[in-house]
Amino acid sequence: MKIIAEYNMHILVCGGAGCKASQSEMIKTNFKNKLNEYGLADEIQVIMTGCFGFCEKGPIVKILPDNTFYTQVTPEDVPEIVDEHIIKGRIVERLLYLNPETNERVSDSKEMDIFKKQIRIALHNCGIIDPENIEEYIGRDGYSALGTCLSEKTPEEAIRLIKDSGLRGRGGGGFPTGLKWELTRKSISDQKYVVCNADEGDPGAFMDRSILEGDPHSVLEAMAICGFCIGADKGLVYIRAEYPLAIERLKIAIGQAREYGLLGNDILGTGFNFDIEIRYGAGAFVCGEETALIHSMEGERGEPTVKPPFPAEKGYNGKPTNVNNVETFANIPAIINKGAEWFASIGTEKSKGTKVFALAGNINNVGLIEVPMGITLREIIYDIGGGIKDGRRFKAVQTGGPSGGCLTQSFLNTPIDYDNLVAAGSMMGSGGMIVLDDSNCMVAIAKFYLEFILEESCGKCTPCRIGNKRLYEILEKITDGKGELEDLNRLRLLSNVIKDTSLCGLGQTSPNPVLSTLDNFYDEYLAHVNSSSCPAGQCKALVNYTIDADKCTGCTLCFRNCPVGAISGEKRGVHSIVQSLCIKCGVCFEKCKFDAVLIA
Amino acid sequence: MMFRGIASVSSNQITIPINSTMNKIKTLADLKKLQAEVQSKISLRVKGDSPESLIQIKVSMATCGIASGAKDTLTFMTEELDHQGIDALITQTGCMGYCYAEPTIQLTIPGKEPVVYGFVNKTKALEIIEKHIKLNELVDGIIPANYSSTDN
Amino acid sequence: MEMINLTIDHKPVVVRKGATVLEAASGIGIDIPTLCYMKLEDMNIENKPGGCRVCVVEVKGRRNLAPACCTEASEGMEISTHSIRVVNARRTVVELILSDHPADCLICAKSGNCDLQDMANHLGIRKIHYQGEHSMYREDTSPAIIREINKCIMCRRCETMCNDVQTIGVLSAVNRGFQAVVSPAFEMNLDHSVCTYCGQCVAVCPTGALTEVDETGAVIRALSDPTKTVIVQTAPAVRAALGEEFGMTAGTLVTGKMVAALRRLGFDYVFDTDFAADLTILEEGTELLNRLSAFMAGDQQVKLPILTSCCPAWVKFFEHHFPELKDIPSTARSPQQMFGSIAKTYFADKIKVKRENLVVVSIMPCLAKKYESSRPEFSVNGNPDVDYALTTRELAHLINLGNIDFKSLQNEDFDAPMGESTGAGVIFGTTGGVIEAAVRTAYEIFTGKQLPRLDFEELRGMEGLRKATIDFNGTPINIGIAHGLGNARKLLEEIQAGTSEFHAIEIMSCPGGCIGGGGQPYHHGDSEILKKRQRAIYSEDQNKSIRKSHENPYITKLYEEFLGAPLSEKSHHLLHTKYFDRS
Repeated sequence: MKIIAEYNMHILVCGGAGCKASQSEMIKTNFKNKLNEYGLADEIQVIMTGCFGFCEKGPIVKILPDNTFYTQVTPEDVPEIVDEHIIKGRIVERLLYLNPETNERVSDSKEMDIFKKQIRIALHNCGIIDPENIEEYIGRDGYSALGTCLSEKTPEEAIRLIKDSGLRGRGGGGFPTGLKWELTRKSISDQKYVVCNADEGDPGAFMDRSILEGDPHSVLEAMAICGFCIGADKGLVYIRAEYPLAIERLKIAIGQAREYGLLGNDILGTGFNFDIEIRYGAGAFVCGEETALIHSMEGERGEPTVKPPFPAEKGYNGKPTNVNNVETFANIPAIINKGAEWFASIGTEKSKGTKVFALAGNINNVGLIEVPMGITLREIIYDIGGGIKDGRRFKAVQTGGPSGGCLTQSFLNTPIDYDNLVAAGSMMGSGGMIVLDDSNCMVAIAKFYLEFILEESCGKCTPCRIGNKRLYEILEKITDGKGELEDLNRLRLLSNVIKDTSLCGLGQTSPNPVLSTLDNFYDEYLAHVNSSSCPAGQCKALVNYTIDADKCTGCTLCFRNCPVGAISGEKRGVHSIVQSLCIKCGVCFEKCKFDAVLIA
Repeated sequence: MMFRGIASVSSNQITIPINSTMNKIKTLADLKKLQAEVQSKISLRVKGDSPESLIQIKVSMATCGIASGAKDTLTFMTEELDHQGIDALITQTGCMGYCYAEPTIQLTIPGKEPVVYGFVNKTKALEIIEKHIKLNELVDGIIPANYSSTDN
Repeated sequence: MEMINLTIDHKPVVVRKGATVLEAASGIGIDIPTLCYMKLEDMNIENKPGGCRVCVVEVKGRRNLAPACCTEASEGMEISTHSIRVVNARRTVVELILSDHPADCLICAKSGNCDLQDMANHLGIRKIHYQGEHSMYREDTSPAIIREINKCIMCRRCETMCNDVQTIGVLSAVNRGFQAVVSPAFEMNLDHSVCTYCGQCVAVCPTGALTEVDETGAVIRALSDPTKTVIVQTAPAVRAALGEEFGMTAGTLVTGKMVAALRRLGFDYVFDTDFAADLTILEEGTELLNRLSAFMAGDQQVKLPILTSCCPAWVKFFEHHFPELKDIPSTARSPQQMFGSIAKTYFADKIKVKRENLVVVSIMPCLAKKYESSRPEFSVNGNPDVDYALTTRELAHLINLGNIDFKSLQNEDFDAPMGESTGAGVIFGTTGGVIEAAVRTAYEIFTGKQLPRLDFEELRGMEGLRKATIDFNGTPINIGIAHGLGNARKLLEEIQAGTSEFHAIEIMSCPGGCIGGGGQPYHHGDSEILKKRQRAIYSEDQNKSIRKSHENPYITKLYEEFLGAPLSEKSHHLLHTKYFDRS
């Protein structure tokens, strides 16, 4: 193939939402114009890119091939960059990134990797290798951690290594993984099991699915390592049937691993036997709870039982069982390969390594991210997430899914780790992170999560089965504008009893969204009950749609779209909404091209 | 020139290129040997200083990507490159993390840095083929890598 | 034994390792309230899902409250059972249950016997602070059991009985969250399931969610119909428990008062199922002897062991689960049905009443008897041999409706001829009793000798599975006894596998036998009550002048006047039955 023409240089202008808001379009235009002036348009190409993940210092301009990285570029800076950098080959120092630690300007973006907010450990193969080809995994040091363990380490040494790394369970609770393995190792039994919990169920969370779809072998390898450590020869992956692609890839991976002798009998000639089976869950959130998961695998109703006994003593089929979630396992090979110290060097004092989050909600760069523990919410939202959509105001971040809580503005600079999140009234959870802005009503958010709990509670214990229903009903009353001040008190009292008395983690954490919104957004609750208003304008029962006479052009679009005929007005005359007929569907608001429909 | 992409798309199954000579890894030495083999193959592809070297395209085929049309992109690119007689290696891969920009692909021209593109529908895919692959021009829509990985 | 030291409400207590906090507390007189928890001591029956959360206590150092019923006591534990946090939580939990419970107390079948009602009262709940939607389910009526599932509190006791004890597996939790409820699979009706109607679910249900089909109204109508002659039979276990319904201590025998009360209610003849039990022994005993003799003579075709067939839930059980063994049980009908059959032929002739004008009512400790009496093979031209089978509890209601002061009644005797019975007939009411009665008769017929002793202690007890070998004058006869269908299943599986060592097996579906039947006064999880009823049954046997069925003069007369001999053609027609494959 012949390359007909080739640009000598590329100018990359960040077109991420944050940078776009800061005139990156104008920057691109200015570059083009300036290059045209010099007749360089055929030699130097100006490209608009996606987000660089450095939004705080945007807009960003990067020059190729020398990788010069300019920050906070304004349209006015363009002539200088062209004149100095492009024509004379001199870097514009003042626009380079200033390393706050060394106070030095950094020019080569390759050296800026250390400032990249994301570090990929669990995801390090996702998006890189073909998950259906075991050789690609092997080519990236795959199965060498298992090889090391089997031929160079005793189970105790390997467990020691995991303990020293400080890895904690990524499924939500944050129990130290090495300790869990050690407990299961110490249980004496003729048969033990390794279980991978792939029953990811938080709304909006897809970390585990992505790992299984992108790098299934890392999980299989880790399970085999765990089997070696605890003395098990059998592994089970409990995965929800709603993840067909992950299941398919997992099946292929297991087949290939067997074919290559990396699962089965006498692995790598060491006499170690280990094989893995897949068990399907029917998509019950509660089956993420390990005792419920085990019962479900046994063919029983997926209901939790009282702990102790813990699965480490009495788990699947009554035998000692080690249950870890997908992401926890995905960290294991890297820890073995690179050492406990390396892993422990990432993160905070009590939370080591990285965490994968599914970043969602009203944020520009929705996506799957992996960040070191200790990163701040601000960095996640503004640097990685590209800031709030449509330039709205940040309100809160919901973490930990239905078991978690909301973190507000005041926690933006708090380093994220297990303990800080709990102290802030939320929790790490499995890694759902939903960004909320000022258009989200916090009472409605609490109600949303509780509705999820209502459907997912197994119904075994009273507080979770009935208590959460009553909580939901009180919230519904409030969002319907029928709440009383006393209801806020009842919400809190009932929440505390549900937390205190529920059988399993699901119920014990289910009121968290209510409590954390009550704590942080009490005024918003008060507005609902005292003045029957929803400040965010989300609670339909509490808002009225009106038409701004000054803005209305009489185009009749709202009139034609109103499903109940609640809008009156002549063509080219001012329209109005008959409140008694309005069902608050919001169609007029969406249809109006002149922002004349108001919500109040 | 013959299309040599190993990823042939049929219904929803992608054939797996397993080295048929490799049967079973019996020892740690076997594993290390295979590791070295695979690594040198990969580096040949990437360095591009060998006739073996190929244009490499990875399509992010996780659930999120597929839901956004990655399968169509994969099919289209396979067919289009085949049709135009361009030698390229198209493979699927997992989630790259840029869910807001799905479908995403990673394009590696031998001897060059890999480039990730977002929102790669058919139009974009064609533009990438016509400009980036054939003319080595970059195209709007590059997603800069915003992470560091354990292995770089 | 390893011992554990802990303090409960500041009191030190020492318990064996493995004891729960609930057990530790009860040892020092601290009565932590429980709702879902149920344990039948010595019978290996326990329900402790830890679901109701009423028994929560505060454990120092733990983040959440812990359920006392399933939290193991551990060294150094400090527990408070009535801190303000605990009391508030406990009351809130009960209020929550009440907030999803029909306020039907005034008209509920369980009123006065309801554990939830008692709990609300115990905790002094006068207001439900959290009101809202009630879960609604359709009512399900079967021949014996009514499921009013709106009243289910998910205690899971019925599930434990149905699945763990009886191994039927009809009842289990279905649906999730607020809709979660205990039900047959796919929420189908009970009568479409393999339910045996043993009624153990009803016996343990803490609320009115599971109750019996109430036939008292129909009986009252029959009693007030001048064209009808209404006769009644009372099962042996009823007399050992009925008194409890009137505040008498468990184990009080009320045979005479019961007869008096039935007479006052207007029954024309008050008879005893024990009479039919004696008849059963002659039929079943003869069958056993015939099979035994053939077996001893080397007949390869004969099937042993012989299984008793008095218990209708057991019959339905093997029809569903072991149809291939259906020719092993005795073909003898149950005493209830033998009574009905004889009453509507022999006795009807005697008193010159047409079959359709004779109403046979039975008082049973059992719910399955309602189902049994409705089986089509037990009716003639649509007229059932037994018209109505009431439970012990229903009889108590009838007595109350009759304005009868039960406790002050003078004892009266059963009517002749079908009221006369032996001690052997009485012990049909307890586990081990049927086979003991059979042994008393079979021994004497087989050996031609008088029994040196009548009390076979080796056949008695409360163990779920028992076995004994009785020496029939040099021939050892191996006897197996099972009560609870889970135990029965084990014996049947042995038979299937060809490893059974028994010649005869007695099976009763309910734990304890009929004294623990689903129609008896509620025992509320106190297995002592069952033991006291058992003792009462044996003492009635002791007090009888005749204690062997074949010595019952009225039975002898019945054979002479009507049936001929055991297993005669007439007996076959009237007293035996066949079984169906219901798998």
